[in-house]
Amino acid sequence: MTRALIIGATSAIAEATARGLARRGAALYLVGRNAQRVAAIAADLRTRGASQVEQEAMDVNDFAAHEAMLDRAMRAAGGLDIVLIAHGTLSDQQACEESVQLTMHELSTNALSVVALCTRIAPRLSAQGGGTLAVISSVAADRGRRSNYVYGSAKALVSAYLSGLRQRLSPAGVQVLTIKPGFVDTPMTAAFAKGPLWASPQRIAAGILSAIDKRRDVVYLPGFWRPVMWIIRMIPERIFKRVAL
Amino acid sequence: MQRGPPRIVSSWGNVARGEHHVYGFRSRFEDFPDIPGESTILPFGNGRSYGDSCLNVGGALLETRFLDRFIRFDADQGILGCEAGVQLADILRVVVPAGWLPCVLPGTQYVTVGGAIANDVHGKNHHRAGTFGCHVTRFELLRPDGERMSCSAQETPDWFAATIGGLGLTGLVTWAEMRLRRVAGPWLDVESIRCADLHELLELSMESAKDFEYTVAWVDCLAQGRRLGRGIVQRANHAGSGATGRRPAAGAGFAVPFAPPVSVVNSATLRLCNAGHYHRRARRTRTVEHYQRFFFPLDGIRHWNRLYGPRGFHQYQCLIPGESAAESVRRLLGAIAAAGEGSLLAVLKCFGDRASPGLLSFPRSGITLALDFPNRGAALAALFERLDAIVAQSGGRLYPAKDARMPGRLFRAGYPRLEEFLRFTHPRCSSSFWRRVMARA
Repeated sequence: MTRALIIGATSAIAEATARGLARRGAALYLVGRNAQRVAAIAADLRTRGASQVEQEAMDVNDFAAHEAMLDRAMRAAGGLDIVLIAHGTLSDQQACEESVQLTMHELSTNALSVVALCTRIAPRLSAQGGGTLAVISSVAADRGRRSNYVYGSAKALVSAYLSGLRQRLSPAGVQVLTIKPGFVDTPMTAAFAKGPLWASPQRIAAGILSAIDKRRDVVYLPGFWRPVMWIIRMIPERIFKRVAL
Repeated sequence: MQRGPPRIVSSWGNVARGEHHVYGFRSRFEDFPDIPGESTILPFGNGRSYGDSCLNVGGALLETRFLDRFIRFDADQGILGCEAGVQLADILRVVVPAGWLPCVLPGTQYVTVGGAIANDVHGKNHHRAGTFGCHVTRFELLRPDGERMSCSAQETPDWFAATIGGLGLTGLVTWAEMRLRRVAGPWLDVESIRCADLHELLELSMESAKDFEYTVAWVDCLAQGRRLGRGIVQRANHAGSGATGRRPAAGAGFAVPFAPPVSVVNSATLRLCNAGHYHRRARRTRTVEHYQRFFFPLDGIRHWNRLYGPRGFHQYQCLIPGESAAESVRRLLGAIAAAGEGSLLAVLKCFGDRASPGLLSFPRSGITLALDFPNRGAALAALFERLDAIVAQSGGRLYPAKDARMPGRLFRAGYPRLEEFLRFTHPRCSSSFWRRVMARA
């Protein structure tokens, strides 16, 4: 039986991934900011086949709360096979440009809280002698663009951090998986017409579970984003600065 | 929630479409979205209604796709509670392995619970079980002004009756609870019997209702003269626990990748298909079928609606009540066969007399006939007018969930409890269908 801790459990991608794990009969420990919504998701996952579901409400920016949460999650199922870090906010770029405070807050939510969590999770998985640390980054991490560079740079920090952590934990048999989704169709984006670049949370979740099963390192979801982002990374800066992206 | 530019939404028949502002709704605890003062809004499930009853062109839609959590499943008592965007396919995946089945299943499992309530859908067991709404025990109604109401037949009989079959016009159903029925397994004993004419077909359908939980008939809509109304009656019961048959292939099966430039369904292909289907098997066959195949034969082909090409198709589903129903059905089939219109999809079912719970529920005691027609413009419109006249004369009605064109007077004449219903609609809720049939021209 798989034992998984999911941080940011109310996000659409996390919820879809949790449903995939529930169908496999996994034991789940859910963490999210809104207690009522986390409890509703827990009840849903029990119905969908999870062997055990526990939950707690926590704000990831409360770094001091991380340690005790991790203790409880480890104790709940006697260890952890998968830790999925899925929380995040889609920063309002324009508002960030006008507010240092908001920018710092976005960086804290999307980058620093992830680093704080990973710092505490790494020794635990290492001591266990295995497991998977899967973290949702973004294709936006691959290059700063003027439309969302606060969000993108936060995710870039996460990606670089995970790359180093992967080297460190690899000898201990711990998989560190960087997940880079593209455009995802969620309730937050209901207003927009969806072109072929958009993917459902179910499709992203299936890609995450398959990447965990295959012990991959970095996945773009869907896979077509890998060549697309390669091209975007290859554009010289002197041209890129004049492109509206 | 940002208000983006309007986007095009169409329904299953691809004849009704238009621009909508689309709002997402992701949890039953969420507030009703703020919409601009002059706009109206309509809850939108999976868009499987055929016409314009699930659209609100020029206004807003409230998508319930992400409102899809189970709340509780009591596997001892057979009670299921879930949010309104849960699809019947998801419910089946959870409840069938535990030995339960929803009491009423329509022809596709890709409808949401909210949609099944709003259209008070029916299935092949109407003569026993009545409509979907007969088995809904309670639900929550969220009104656009923010009011939340817990509705049940005991506490709030009026709101309960208005919302079941209420086409989404009373507000948003956020969650619902329903009773399930026990089944020994996923298999059904199915008998198919060929009938040479309408008389034989109706006799056998009526007679089968006594001993069979599910009955439905396929009609060869092109057969004329003494063969008029020939077809195949299918009747079935749940098989015992020892039964087993051929499992449907895993995965989603075949998909129609795009709409061909013209309809694949035309008079030549139709004549071939209908004759082939009629003569395909022995006069009487017995098989053991998986419930997926029996209840949802078309779900095996994803996007089958695309076969009708870019102009789409209409479904005409009417109900003829009373003693003279058989004669009216004969006239309807005669008019359709004479016009040479129709498709392989022509279904006849004798409804039972279990009362529908909704003020605007479509099913009532009588005979229902449903046919798909490729959209051929004026020629088809003329045929529909002839059919409308027969339905109106017989005191019948058409099914809003399938409709994109019925005249308002036919709707108003067919639903005598309409005036009562009007007391419960919310002024901020509307649909393209509603504006069309309520316009006094």
